Amino acid sequence: MKIKIGDRSNALKDHGRIMREHFGIRTTGEQYVIALAGNPNVGKSTVFNALTGLHQHTGNWPGKTVDNAQGTYSYRNKSFLLIDLPGTYSLLAHSVEEEIARDFICFGQPDATIVVLDATSLERNLNLALQVMEISSNVIICVNLIDEARKKKLSINFNELQKELGVPVVPTAARNGEGLQELQDAVYTMAVEKKKAWPKQVPYSEEVEQAICALLPKIEELDLARVVNPKWLALRLLDSDVSFIETISRYAATQKQKTVELQHQWGELTL
Amino acid sequence: MSTLNPMNPLLKIYFDTESIRLSSGTPIADRVVTDIFNYTEQLAKQVVFREDPLQVSWKDKIDKIVISRVFGYPLMLLLLGAVFWLTIAGANVPSKMLASVLFAFQDLLTHWFQLVQAPAWLHGVLVLGMYRTLAWVTAVMLPPMAIFFPLFTLLEDLGYLPRVAFNLDNMFKKANACGKQCLTMCMGFGCNAAGIVSTRIIDSPRERLVAILTNNFVPCNGRFPTLIAISSIFMTSTLAFSQSLLAAGMITLLVLLGVAITFAVSWALSKTILRGEPSSLVLELPPYRRPKVGAVFYRSIIDRTVFVLRRAIVIAAPAGALTWILANVYIGDVSVIAYIAGVLDPLAKAIGLDGFILMAFILGLPANEIVVPILLMSYLATGQLTEFESLFELKKVLLANGWTWLTAFNTMLFALLHWPCATTLLSMFKETGSKKWTFMGFIIPTALAFTVCFIIAQVAYLLGLA
Repeated sequence: MKIKIGDRSNALKDHGRIMREHFGIRTTGEQYVIALAGNPNVGKSTVFNALTGLHQHTGNWPGKTVDNAQGTYSYRNKSFLLIDLPGTYSLLAHSVEEEIARDFICFGQPDATIVVLDATSLERNLNLALQVMEISSNVIICVNLIDEARKKKLSINFNELQKELGVPVVPTAARNGEGLQELQDAVYTMAVEKKKAWPKQVPYSEEVEQAICALLPKIEELDLARVVNPKWLALRLLDSDVSFIETISRYAATQKQKTVELQHQWGELTL
Repeated sequence: MSTLNPMNPLLKIYFDTESIRLSSGTPIADRVVTDIFNYTEQLAKQVVFREDPLQVSWKDKIDKIVISRVFGYPLMLLLLGAVFWLTIAGANVPSKMLASVLFAFQDLLTHWFQLVQAPAWLHGVLVLGMYRTLAWVTAVMLPPMAIFFPLFTLLEDLGYLPRVAFNLDNMFKKANACGKQCLTMCMGFGCNAAGIVSTRIIDSPRERLVAILTNNFVPCNGRFPTLIAISSIFMTSTLAFSQSLLAAGMITLLVLLGVAITFAVSWALSKTILRGEPSSLVLELPPYRRPKVGAVFYRSIIDRTVFVLRRAIVIAAPAGALTWILANVYIGDVSVIAYIAGVLDPLAKAIGLDGFILMAFILGLPANEIVVPILLMSYLATGQLTEFESLFELKKVLLANGWTWLTAFNTMLFALLHWPCATTLLSMFKETGSKKWTFMGFIIPTALAFTVCFIIAQVAYLLGLA
């Protein structure tokens, strides 16, 4: 592997292209796009395989050799395209994997994002779940490996967790097929029936909240609320590197362009 | 128009927030992460119930101490010092025994050569050159390695190294480098070439280059024996407890210095040719495991000790032969080796070494393991060590060649800081794909080694300390 300073931004450009391709997939068929996120080694692939069965192919994300699998499955006569994102501990983008996962959840605008958590180390895994919930409100939490947790004599109050998070929580043991029906139900309800979830947000310390409040009016002026969650954008303005801000800007610009074009077309039609 | 092109306003806000980002003590990014973790901790407490809480908590208790702000660093120092002390104190006796067996065998070899009436030069090259170097390598290096590597592997197997990375992460961040660099640095303690390959785990090309260029500042398997040999030969003249403690303290100090220099150079690189902000890392602390003694023994003895020893022997054998030839071929009335050492001597003296030491380091470029054997060989090439009582005899050889505490100290310092071995340089070239960065990887440590040793030597000369 050779080091070339700046190969990162090229990789980012390519993501944009790939993500548009994913948009393409979505608009051509009557397919719902479901993203699958999670820490490494939480049985994410088991969930993926259990849901898609043999209907999958492995795609390759550009830039780094990060395998990204896509697969389809049908449930109640609807078709779902499941995107297996790289396993990451967070979305603060310190690695290419995190960047890919974050960009897809943020800009791929999936109909639902399933975050797979390891029931035996919930505390560590919740970190990623909370970060995904800051970006998107269409989040389903899948607490996997509950069989392992039972073996380790851990009991988890899932109702309480669901109440605290404000998004659907589904316990599963994907290895034995336990809870997969409920997971598919939850995905159907969110993606097809468009039932809204109201994810609770992380309560930040006063200093951070103050910094966010100071930024919010400026961000709202830009009218980006349809593109990204303003509070999340404020946080990233406070802690990200400049390259991600550029990505957001680029993405926001193309999104706006699209709306403008649509308005034009619509205007011509009414004439 | 501005709503159609939001790139500028968003970037403008980003640059406006620069002041908030950098204003307070802890960066906002760290506080955001801390807040999320506090929240997840609280959530997990609320919904997860452990039916047997005892089993888990003792490990957490250990971690509270091992990675605490107060005890983290002292514990690291203590463990490091203890490992070195055990190595030095334990290696003396087996070293002596090995040496007496191996040198007795040399006498036997000589006897056989005389029986078949072999020519003197053949006996010289094969026995006095090759065999004797091999005997030195084995006697001086095998016992410390056989003690040091199992101990180090034990710590590794326990899960202590990731905790070291955790402790040092903050320091690396202050040096504008990636926390993962600590892991690659720890790999470097094993082998710098392996450490450089392991920098692949660092995603930012800038931070990766910093890690590659500074990996050499921690002593590798090949240089630890050099440090251990010199400090135990020179610092301990008896088996006294206090002296082995002193030698262990000396090596600990040198390792710390190496780590400090890693930080300093990383910082300097980040401020000059490799400018940039550090990124943070998420580190998963693996659970403490009961080390599998069999596996530790196998890995440390077979994978490390034998590997290093074999590498040393493969290179030391021809180097020993070459050294003997150089010592026995004369230009006028000076041997070639003495001639080369004489040429290097003024430069070497200026940095507190002597010509022979500098030459040993130069000849040691293929593998650092052979520096001490070559050095001893060249000292002994003319005057034979007639009676080999113990390793402490070696100190007499060194003293006879004008060694002072400054020579010993600067030799160790030079061993710590000098150019990487050929394998490491090759790895650098393979990983960076650039002759320029490989050259930087050579010249930065070299310049630093000469500068530091020069300053110390000159100060010592000036104050009349040596």
